Amino acid sequence: MTSREALRHGVPVLVVLAVVVVVWYAFAILLNLDRARALADDDATNWDIVSATMAQDRPLLPAPHQVAVELFSSVFTHAVNSPKSLVFHAGVTALAAGVGFAIALALGILLAVGIVHMRALDRSLMWWIIASQTVPVLAIAPMVVVVLGNIGLTGLVPKALIAGYLSFFPITTGMVMGLRSPDPMQRDLLRTYNATGFQIFRKLRWSASMAFLFPGLKVAVTLALVGAIVAELPTGAQAGLGARLLAGSYYGQTLQIWAALFAAAVLALLAVAAVDLARLALVRVRGGRL
Amino acid sequence: MSGVYPSVPLFFIVIVGVLTLAMLSRGEAPVWRVATPLALGVLVLAIWQLVCVGYGVPAVLLPPPGAIATAIGRHLPTLGADFQQTVLRAVLPGWAIGCVAGLLTAIAIDCSPFLRRGILPLGSLVSAMPIVGIAPIMVMWFGFDWQSKAAVVVAMTFFPMLVNATAGLESTGAMERDLMRSYAAGYWLTLLKLRLPAALPFIFNALKLNSTLALIGAIVAEFFGTPIVGMGFRISTEVARMNLDVVWAEITLAAVVGSASFAALALVERTVTFWHPSFRK
Repeated sequence: MTSREALRHGVPVLVVLAVVVVVWYAFAILLNLDRARALADDDATNWDIVSATMAQDRPLLPAPHQVAVELFSSVFTHAVNSPKSLVFHAGVTALAAGVGFAIALALGILLAVGIVHMRALDRSLMWWIIASQTVPVLAIAPMVVVVLGNIGLTGLVPKALIAGYLSFFPITTGMVMGLRSPDPMQRDLLRTYNATGFQIFRKLRWSASMAFLFPGLKVAVTLALVGAIVAELPTGAQAGLGARLLAGSYYGQTLQIWAALFAAAVLALLAVAAVDLARLALVRVRGGRL
Repeated sequence: MSGVYPSVPLFFIVIVGVLTLAMLSRGEAPVWRVATPLALGVLVLAIWQLVCVGYGVPAVLLPPPGAIATAIGRHLPTLGADFQQTVLRAVLPGWAIGCVAGLLTAIAIDCSPFLRRGILPLGSLVSAMPIVGIAPIMVMWFGFDWQSKAAVVVAMTFFPMLVNATAGLESTGAMERDLMRSYAAGYWLTLLKLRLPAALPFIFNALKLNSTLALIGAIVAEFFGTPIVGMGFRISTEVARMNLDVVWAEITLAAVVGSASFAALALVERTVTFWHPSFRK
């Protein structure tokens, strides 16, 4: 990307971001005004009241800099393994999402291979896999957590299972499309080389599927993260970003909620970036193509 | 002897079921294409029922399908009230507002390349984020009742519609736009007669995606506090009281609502975009 192109794309994004921040400040002042007025001294000037709207403990809407300060202090001023540290909670959620994502990856690819190679699976299972996506899967999260808790599985496993169940769909559909993408001509060519079924799978279908797998993976990682966060809600879990959200909402700690939200957003961006990095690495290994 | 009872019929059901599936999947007629997944569904339900009843799986772990059906019948009024609170009051208005706002924003930024370049990257960034997380904030702003749930739904459905509708508006080729210009059609006429119809498949895609997202948003938002009615509320409280048959009844309701709205939208899409290549015979 040339510097001119960067300018062409960067400037609009920055302008929109600046507008968002300005609007955010305006709303922060507006929403917190009533409480600031109620708490203010009799001789407070208007300016005092306005600046008080941006310095409350539990504001209705915290100003951007308050969220930034809260994020900074909860990330950097506590030891990483203390429950006061946001890094600790983000790590708990990221671990659950990561394990879930790994489960989804294995299950999704296995299912796709089965669907492509076995007609009975294709005809009977594919319809249910698609139908399962019109069902609000997250609704079963609390039940899964409690039921698994009953048989002694707590902590990581239920969260990872929910994250995995939520994220296998884009992987499966992407892989099915990818494994089917080589046209009959290419398969015939390999057959004329006397390639076995497994060789056709490994050298043709598998290679061709990678270009379809990665867009699915990008969707899947963010879904895994959502699954892990929601799975932390029902148990009143002590750790994780979902637990921070819930605790913050119980005790009206808005700053804590916003900080956890931003941590979740950062985590989502990191996860998507990691998938992109893996794709770039694969492109490099394969000599410039996926 | 008691150990043999569930195992033998289970063995037979699995064998017969798998053979039936293999036979059904050979048929090419549309009837068989519908019958095969249905047969799998029946097979799974049969195995589920037999395992639960035969091996005495405790109802706090997994109630059998029969018990769930009974629970649906017994709690019909409750399910109706929850449906009204969650779907009619929160999901429908939220979904409609979010989709319309997303579409209007897409049309608005379509006029300005500057806005498009500024908003679209942020839009796709936000769509990748766990937006359900704003639920506690919305509950704080709009109260416990359905308004806060509708607000979460609006936030969740806005960005997918924005991104899809923008892609749809850009999907017409230069040739088609040139043709419109040769008819002396201005910006608005071109938008109305060419670009919006061409964007319809993308818009319907977002509508269908959003119908599921909306249901998820409303149910999860209810985990953060509600009046004592609603599907998410019922799920979380009945789980805590170990009434898993009621929870499964509620999940069945959610599944039916989700699939039905998806199917209804697909039907409307078929009628409205009959010209699209994917529907042509």
